[in-house]
Amino acid sequence: MIKITNLHASINGKEILKGLDLEVKAGEVHAIMGPNGAGKSTLASILAGREDYEVTEGSVDFDGVDLLALNTEDRAREGLFLAFQYPVEIPGVSNVNFLRTALNEIREYRGQEQIPAKDFLAMVKEKSKLVELDAGLASRAVNEGFSGGEKKRNEIFQMAMLEPKLAILDETDSGLDIDALRIVSNGVNALKSDNNATIVITHYQRLLDYIVPDFVHVLHDGKIVKTGPKELALELEEKGYDWLK
Amino acid sequence: MEVLDNKITKFREGLAKTNLSFREESLKYAEDTLTELDFPTTRVERWKYTRVAKIANTQFSSRKDVVKQLNLPIQDAYTVVLVNGYFDKELSSKNLPEGVEISATSQSANNLLGKVATIKNEVFTALNTLYATDGVSLRIKAKTIVDKPIQLVHVITGENTIATVRNVLVSERFSEAEVVQVFLSENANASFTNNVSEIIVEEGAKLVLDKLQNESESNFHYSNECVQQASNSNFKINTITLNGGLVRNDLTIDVDGENCETHLNGAYILKGKQHVDNHTVVNHLKPNCHSNEMYKGVMDDQSTGVFNGRILVSKDSQKIEAYQSNGNVLLSDSASINSKPELEIYADNVKCSHGSTTGQLDDEAIYYLRTRGISEKSAKALMVTAFISDVTKRMDNDKVVEYVHNQLHDRFGWDF
Ligand SMILES: Nc1ncnc2c1ncn2[C@@H]1O[C@H](COP(=O)(O)OP(=O)(O)O)[C@@H](O)[C@H]1O
Ligand SMILES: [Mg+2]
Repeated sequence: MIKITNLHASINGKEILKGLDLEVKAGEVHAIMGPNGAGKSTLASILAGREDYEVTEGSVDFDGVDLLALNTEDRAREGLFLAFQYPVEIPGVSNVNFLRTALNEIREYRGQEQIPAKDFLAMVKEKSKLVELDAGLASRAVNEGFSGGEKKRNEIFQMAMLEPKLAILDETDSGLDIDALRIVSNGVNALKSDNNATIVITHYQRLLDYIVPDFVHVLHDGKIVKTGPKELALELEEKGYDWLK
Repeated sequence: MEVLDNKITKFREGLAKTNLSFREESLKYAEDTLTELDFPTTRVERWKYTRVAKIANTQFSSRKDVVKQLNLPIQDAYTVVLVNGYFDKELSSKNLPEGVEISATSQSANNLLGKVATIKNEVFTALNTLYATDGVSLRIKAKTIVDKPIQLVHVITGENTIATVRNVLVSERFSEAEVVQVFLSENANASFTNNVSEIIVEEGAKLVLDKLQNESESNFHYSNECVQQASNSNFKINTITLNGGLVRNDLTIDVDGENCETHLNGAYILKGKQHVDNHTVVNHLKPNCHSNEMYKGVMDDQSTGVFNGRILVSKDSQKIEAYQSNGNVLLSDSASINSKPELEIYADNVKCSHGSTTGQLDDEAIYYLRTRGISEKSAKALMVTAFISDVTKRMDNDKVVEYVHNQLHDRFGWDF
């Protein structure tokens, strides 16, 4: 699904990723853990195509496509989705309106017909149920005045609507109480299939009780310094990260 | 006062004096104004950001013309058409409902001309008074509730044409009406529309005026609406500038009665080298009234905007609620806006607020939308249309809003 090789990236001349390797196959769930400032969000942003970062070395193959050669929107159209650590508020632009635009532009890119209005509304209804997002929130302006938890649920709602091949969830658990955590995780698990994959970025083990990873990676100082089975998360919870330095 | 070197004498040479039945004192006042003043320079405070040299330096002429097909916002309306400031009987509705009188200003025995439009030292209004060829006189009789919108269409055609239009709109006591005033051009180039409307909203009356400006990008346009509101009346004006090269809108509302509601909404969506200047005044002369003003502008390329909104609350006008906001989005580094709210409040028991914002579209938001598969262009369009919709949402007539959206779609490629 995705193969990241020797990725180096910097921002404002400061190197953040220092030769990162990672491979995720279809049907897998990978967790990336690591202390604050390790470069987890940077990795997510670079994969999503944020232009502030400069990739100085390395490559990313996304299902046969050179991901780094694509602009942000084309990466999404190829099936990449990023659930933001800090979702952005967009005044006045309604969730539903923007998702319809997104779906239709993705479909156009793939040479598909526009989605019929009826199907779209049915989909909104079904998918908002999945993350128990209030029907009212779906039609409100994107994230405007949403609580922290609502914003995170809205990210997963969007993920459900767009049905990506690869979803990267950046600290989706932060700021969630236990109920919201369960709802969000159920949503993510329900979307899981043999044809898609998920990268879960977190620095709490808690989330991984709900979204069970096939592999856990530790990102430290711009590199993956350790990879292990799901039990590694428990070990990290106990011992912290210092022993890996 | 600082003036250009007497351009106005030359400007007046080719124009014929008005035949409209102005009061003697109005004509004299206009003549005095033009004897004393020339075209304003940017040293005149009210014209600080708007240069009118292009108007002053053009020799305009007045001419009659005929037009055929018009793309109008509303099909089902009582429609009146003026071409170059002359009434067009052919294109105007023949059947009017009970209680509505519409005629050419030249045909109406009207003693209101010049009564309401009394802005001091205003050269373009004085020119309008002295050279108006015609206009619309509209009277909604007392207690009449008009079933369909009344659509006033002003078309300008040809090169260096001047259309000098003088309208009088009267909403008599407890009447209700919606007037849609549309300014269009047909094969016009560097022509000039000078439009002055005197508007009286009597006790308990309700009047909505949609003013849609959609002339060619080379056209000049001066508008002056002077409104008088009596007690318990409700007046709403929506000024939407869709096109036009140099546009100046003066809007002055005297709220001269208690328990009035006043709404001023405006949108200006510009590109190229367009320049649009909105000067509004809400004059609260009596207590217990409510006014609400929202103007929003979007400026691309090298276009420039001006917003100057004054709210005056006189000493004895207690319990006034007056709100004003002006928001601007600049889509290019070369676009600019001068926004100036002015509150002058002499009463102590009032609620007034104003706010002005200018900014570019939020890059974070654009990025966020793009990560969902939306192109940069569509992302911007989504945000801009949402921004303008704050104004169009306040408009009552869906057909008018649809027209506005369609025009913006054609001009900017935005979908609403
Ligand atoms: N715009 C920026 N300019 C300079 N340094 C930055 C910028 N953004 C992030 N960084 C730095 O990059 C490092 C990694 O940040 P981040 O990827 O957000 O870490 P994590 O998500 O793992 O907590 C941090 O040291 C942070 O200070
Ligand atoms: Mg982070």
